[in-house]
Amino acid sequence: MAKVIIDTANHIAAYAAKAARVQVVAAYPITPQTTVVEKIAEFVESGEMDADYIRVESEHSAMAACVGAEAAGVRAFTATSAHGLALMHEVLHWAAGSRLPIVMAVINRAMGAPWSIWPDYSDSLSQRDTGWLQFYCADNQEVFDTIIQAYKICEDKRVLLPAMVCSEGFILSHTAMPVKIPDQEEIDDFLPPYEPGWVLDVDNPFSHAPLVSPEWYMEFRYMIQQAMENSKKIIEEVDKEYGERFGFRHGGLVDRYRCEDAELVLVTMGTMGAEAKISVDNLRQEGYKVGLARVRAFRPFPKEVFRELAETARMFTAIDRHVSFGFEGFLFSEIKASLYPRQITGDPPLISGFLAGIGGRDVTFRDIEKIAKKSWNWMEKGKIEKEIVWWKLRD
Amino acid sequence: MVTIKELPKEEYLLKGNPACAGCGSAISLRLLFKALGSRIIMIVPACCTTVIQGPYPYAAFNVPMLNIVFEATGAAASGVVAALKRRGIKDVTVIGWAGDGGTVDIGLQALSGAAERGTDFIYICYDNEAYGNTGMQRSGATPFGAWTTTTPTGKREHKKNMPLIMAAHGIPYVATAIPSYPLDFIRKLRKAKEIKGTKYIHILSPCPVGWRFPHNKTIEIGRLAVQTGMWALFEIENGKFKLNPPSSGLLNKEKRKPVREYLKLQGRFRHLTDQDIMEIQRWVDETWENYKKMISC
Repeated sequence: MAKVIIDTANHIAAYAAKAARVQVVAAYPITPQTTVVEKIAEFVESGEMDADYIRVESEHSAMAACVGAEAAGVRAFTATSAHGLALMHEVLHWAAGSRLPIVMAVINRAMGAPWSIWPDYSDSLSQRDTGWLQFYCADNQEVFDTIIQAYKICEDKRVLLPAMVCSEGFILSHTAMPVKIPDQEEIDDFLPPYEPGWVLDVDNPFSHAPLVSPEWYMEFRYMIQQAMENSKKIIEEVDKEYGERFGFRHGGLVDRYRCEDAELVLVTMGTMGAEAKISVDNLRQEGYKVGLARVRAFRPFPKEVFRELAETARMFTAIDRHVSFGFEGFLFSEIKASLYPRQITGDPPLISGFLAGIGGRDVTFRDIEKIAKKSWNWMEKGKIEKEIVWWKLRD
Repeated sequence: MVTIKELPKEEYLLKGNPACAGCGSAISLRLLFKALGSRIIMIVPACCTTVIQGPYPYAAFNVPMLNIVFEATGAAASGVVAALKRRGIKDVTVIGWAGDGGTVDIGLQALSGAAERGTDFIYICYDNEAYGNTGMQRSGATPFGAWTTTTPTGKREHKKNMPLIMAAHGIPYVATAIPSYPLDFIRKLRKAKEIKGTKYIHILSPCPVGWRFPHNKTIEIGRLAVQTGMWALFEIENGKFKLNPPSSGLLNKEKRKPVREYLKLQGRFRHLTDQDIMEIQRWVDETWENYKKMISC
């Protein structure tokens, strides 16, 4: 029987690693990730989880050990936050380039300096171009389900890339919610044992990732891009299959909420997306035709979904929890880039960008309602009055 | 006792590999493969061996190779060893094979972590006393006085004593070697293979290009390194220090050749003053006094 437990997203991530029958975990502690790896240590030492837990001396080594483990043919897992993720950066490229489907829980935390332990997406979005799939979760159930799904997606031979399953530190990591954990047999049926795409094998020796000249390197990069493109379809398929088996669907690439007739579509990720659903309901009651597109997969970026939404929407409002210094919010950029081909042929929707919740500043449904009304006002006027708004910035 | 005759005929370092002529580490690799055979997995960070293994799509090594980022050999080894254990594979030896930069400098942390965790593998540092692959820049293993491209007037600090740093981790086996004494190296490799836990072997690897000597002098330079005491062959087994022949016969300073004989054959030491050479001699003698103390312990 499936069971419902009430626990924090970090403990739920540990339950997911156990349920996915991860064989090697290599991790190093960092706030707010710590309770993920503490829970896994408990599972391993009590015998509840049949895995080797490598207590490495840094996050760089955590990721290198995951690369070694997957290269030698087993399913690996790790978790980290902020500076730990930044320290891994080099090995993130190596893991993706090596085509190893490692899954990592990223418990989002703002990057220093100055020190912050509170959430934003400056850590994971800084790793945007490493070749990792990136999923963003809105609640603890989604953390569990997405970790299980990520292994299925990443280990698919059409993908063979690693994935980050991101959740905001403290907002989710240390907040207990009810989560339904399916039966282990059902999960095993959904997620069969790991079959490596390649493996270090003394009976079939080869040099993996040696020096590659300009005559060959580009093709390896093209293959990663193809795998990312392939993953879009597989993310949708896996979400559908998971929903049919276990009753939870989170929306595949993009969780679309009341978008069908929406004139204004709010675009955000993670818990701001959960909060925005309340805003949408309230605004609808007031007569505003507002919808929400909560981006679950930031990489691959679902540009096709936004092109489809742009068929009916008159305006998009991006609410970003991180800024690309010297430019703007990430979602704001990606939406515009996704719609550009449409903009040159026809009727372009307006797009506005709000930066909110940076460094863990609270963003409530009331904030999002205000952001939506401001945007609505601009939409009515047919003019964005301020291209980028830092929401609730002190004077 | 190992003899050259009983070594396997099979070659796992294939012909046509792009190692420099006279490369000490290519000789060491060939010996490594002969000593341990094909049931090994090699983990190699950025180093000369990245090149020696052959550029894609060619491969000069007939054993599985995991290339990994510069500073991560120890950590990647922990991952591979854990995975083999999960899969129930017991007859495969995991080898970390890294240069001096990847060991004593940038890779020290991951190696120290792997040793502290007791990762069951053999880590081999092939030490040509500089960042050879990038054009001979100074490393923590570069000896005093040596020219490198980043110490154009000679390094002013002595070499880091990496084998003793590894011994301080309390690992079961630490040894030094040099390709000039192949049987000693092979014996140590085979011994390391039979020991459980982290094993560390540090090879001094003469480098004709970087040290500036003719490529047919690799073996001779290596012998002189040992005969002058610039390099000592020893083992530290479960904490017990033991000099191996011929180093074991050189405890008495009179038995060692003057360091000048080793230095004068290498272009990297050409600029040394008498005072510099005296400093190197002093350092060697002091190092050997330390060996004496370690033997009597």
